[in-house]
Amino acid sequence: MSGGDFVISREDWSLHRKGEIDRERHREKVREAIKKNLADIVSEESIIMHDGRKVIKVPIRSLDEFHFRFDYGKQKHGGQGDGNSKKGDVVYADPQKGQGKSKGAGEEPGVDYYEADITIEELAEMIFEDLGLPNLEQKKKPELASESVEFKDVRKKGIASNIDRKRTIMEVIKRNALRGEPGLHGITPEDLRYKTWDNTFKYESNAVVLAMMDTSGSMGPFEKYIARSFFFWMVRFLRTKYNNVQIVFLAHHTEAKETTEEEFFTKGTSGGTRCSSVYKLALDVIEKRYSPQDYNIYAFHFSDGDNLVSDNDNCIKLINDLLKVCNMVGYGEIEGAYYYTSTLRTAFKRIGNPKFTSVTIKDKSGVYPALKKFFSQTQGEAIN
Amino acid sequence: MNPKDELKILEDALQVINAKAKELGLDFYNMFFEICPADIIYTFGAYGMPTRYSHWTFGKAYHKMKTQYDYNLGRIYEMVINSNPCYAFLLEGNSIIQNKLVMAHVLAHCDFFKNNAYFKNTSRDMVESMAAASERFREYEFKHGRAKVELFIDAALSIQEHIEPRIMIRKGEELRKRRQNEHKRANYAEHPETPYDDLWELEEVRKDASADEKEKKFPKEPEKDLMLFIIEHSKELEDWQRDIMSVIRQEMFYFWPQMETKIMNEGWATYWHLRIMRDIHLDVNETIEFAKMHSGIIQTSRTRINPYTLGLKIFEDIEKRWDNPTSEEKERYGRSGGEGKEKIFEVRANENDVSFLRNYLTKELIEEMDLYLYKKVGNEWRVDEKDWEKVRDGLVAGLTNGGYPYITVQNGDYNKNGELYLKHHYEGTELDVYYVEKTLPYLYSLWGHTIHLETVLDNKSVLFSFNGEKSSKKFM
Repeated sequence: MSGGDFVISREDWSLHRKGEIDRERHREKVREAIKKNLADIVSEESIIMHDGRKVIKVPIRSLDEFHFRFDYGKQKHGGQGDGNSKKGDVVYADPQKGQGKSKGAGEEPGVDYYEADITIEELAEMIFEDLGLPNLEQKKKPELASESVEFKDVRKKGIASNIDRKRTIMEVIKRNALRGEPGLHGITPEDLRYKTWDNTFKYESNAVVLAMMDTSGSMGPFEKYIARSFFFWMVRFLRTKYNNVQIVFLAHHTEAKETTEEEFFTKGTSGGTRCSSVYKLALDVIEKRYSPQDYNIYAFHFSDGDNLVSDNDNCIKLINDLLKVCNMVGYGEIEGAYYYTSTLRTAFKRIGNPKFTSVTIKDKSGVYPALKKFFSQTQGEAIN
Repeated sequence: MNPKDELKILEDALQVINAKAKELGLDFYNMFFEICPADIIYTFGAYGMPTRYSHWTFGKAYHKMKTQYDYNLGRIYEMVINSNPCYAFLLEGNSIIQNKLVMAHVLAHCDFFKNNAYFKNTSRDMVESMAAASERFREYEFKHGRAKVELFIDAALSIQEHIEPRIMIRKGEELRKRRQNEHKRANYAEHPETPYDDLWELEEVRKDASADEKEKKFPKEPEKDLMLFIIEHSKELEDWQRDIMSVIRQEMFYFWPQMETKIMNEGWATYWHLRIMRDIHLDVNETIEFAKMHSGIIQTSRTRINPYTLGLKIFEDIEKRWDNPTSEEKERYGRSGGEGKEKIFEVRANENDVSFLRNYLTKELIEEMDLYLYKKVGNEWRVDEKDWEKVRDGLVAGLTNGGYPYITVQNGDYNKNGELYLKHHYEGTELDVYYVEKTLPYLYSLWGHTIHLETVLDNKSVLFSFNGEKSSKKFM
């Protein structure tokens, strides 16, 4: 203190946690909001098409602080040029949808809604919380993958190279404290602690997803996007349950073939649709590469349902064959711009097997209910 | 550096800066400076105060500021509270020279708080009352449940800007009127009774009839202070809820002058940190660091007006024009020259941002600074206005009523059904429709009856309503 009219000081602020507490409450609200809007968020483009980024931005309107305000887009705002601005100069261009923000921070004219940052993992956790385990039977003869050593015990006797220093020192401190001479001094043989191992066996569980899609002319970018969102989460979900999840892409029109992921979601062909072709190929792939003994097999097929009517009976027969070897078989019909009254879905109503699920998706927000239906707990129970 | 040595150095520097500021004519309260770690400063920044009630919106603000700091995208250097004595917080980890600049800056803020007319009625012990309020809010949480209190605060905050900051002036007027009436009546009583009194009475009766009609109106005059109107007339609220609303309203009164003098206050502080730092001794390295920091502060942006820069420029311009008036100014306004310093002190005492820009943002300044208005055209934001008067008026319009829509209560018993009828006084800018529809339900929860808001869309009058279940919109 000097001069009588000012003070400068430094305090201990380490217990001041107010900001953190309210921040935590805000975070809770973000999670609640996301959970409520999972249906919209699940098929957010920024997530499905995410380019390896870990953190994604999710717009959350419910966390806006609503009040009476002017329409930002219709208001005139003040800015400052570098001396030569002219009427009509572009001050800022809104980034196109789907692209990242191109300009540096601080130049965009006011964000008018709140975006929360969330990692894909966090989001996946929330989505999967609600999804049950569909027929996740462990295969009868699990492959013995590896024998491994795990240190998980502490003993008083052992090999000198395995001394657990931290625990040993704790013993010393404890003993000294008990004797009324606290501190770290005088290590005796009784203080020594050793880490000890156990032999464990690690079982590998495998799953394979057979992603099947109609790529005939009537399947446009929207339909493919829906399928893509669905497979994106399906694979992610299965990864939480199995050590090893593979995915096989099978595309078809009147004939079926195995493709790369890239081709699967981007290439389209014209022509008719014969769904039986892809079921046959799927059975082939299972027989040659994925023995039902070792693999949990999930087959899912997306189509707009515009199948050759003469092919429908054949499809039902093949689906029944697939059901014998798969944990689950699903069929998703996407109602796009066209609507057909005579669809494959109607034909599939005849299949009574509870391992078979059929869903209809009309728009982006239909992906989440479809996932829920396919992976719902009750269905898993019905099987046993 | 050892924290103790650092404190000593800062203390010495503060002594010099303090003395210099006083010598230059600044007049401030006693100062309490405190050095805080970043997360504390950011907490204060988010809450606007060292202690304030808990709410997730503060957590959201804190999270945003903290994230920006963590990623090195932005930082606050200081935080100063309008109080007596004045509290100011310095960021731990600032260099000595940064903190010197901040101290000079803060002293000028404090001078502004103490001397600007719009701060005359702000409570100078807000720190304590906010702390006490936050304690009461916590008790309400215990009593009524956190979720319930939170929901209520959400609702109250949604209309917090709708106060009448000039309430003190208005109250004065009412008082004057009442006194005049009393005076009249008193005079009247002095008149002796006459046989013709009934003639006068008739007129009185007629007057009373029209007064009656007015009496029936509720409120009698359109009421801008929506917060107050609800606190006083809502039949929905419990005492603790009225308390929460009153606290939020009082805090808005406290913050309002800061919002309406942002450009002046920052300009004033920037003007003085420049002057003070120029006058105290700096070595070469310090000079460079100071220049860097100062240029960071006055950096301009194509999409927003930097209040520090604009305020500084205007104050410098005023000083220059009053120090060296043109011959025209000498003749027309009788400026004798050399009055620059005196003039800027007078401006800082009497103006707010709206009058500051109206009176002192000249054609020359707007052109020199290359200020413009821009608006959205399709996907792009383009420069729309360069004409200096329109730019000035556009900036002023954006500052009027703190930048918030001007809304008044027209009728508290609309449809004779206790419904609340509000009117947005449209001045050319439409409201955000999505936000209107989201805000009305909050108001409904405070009022308990249907809420109507009249505004203008596409040049047509439109009435938004919310009846507790659904919103509607109809053109009138």
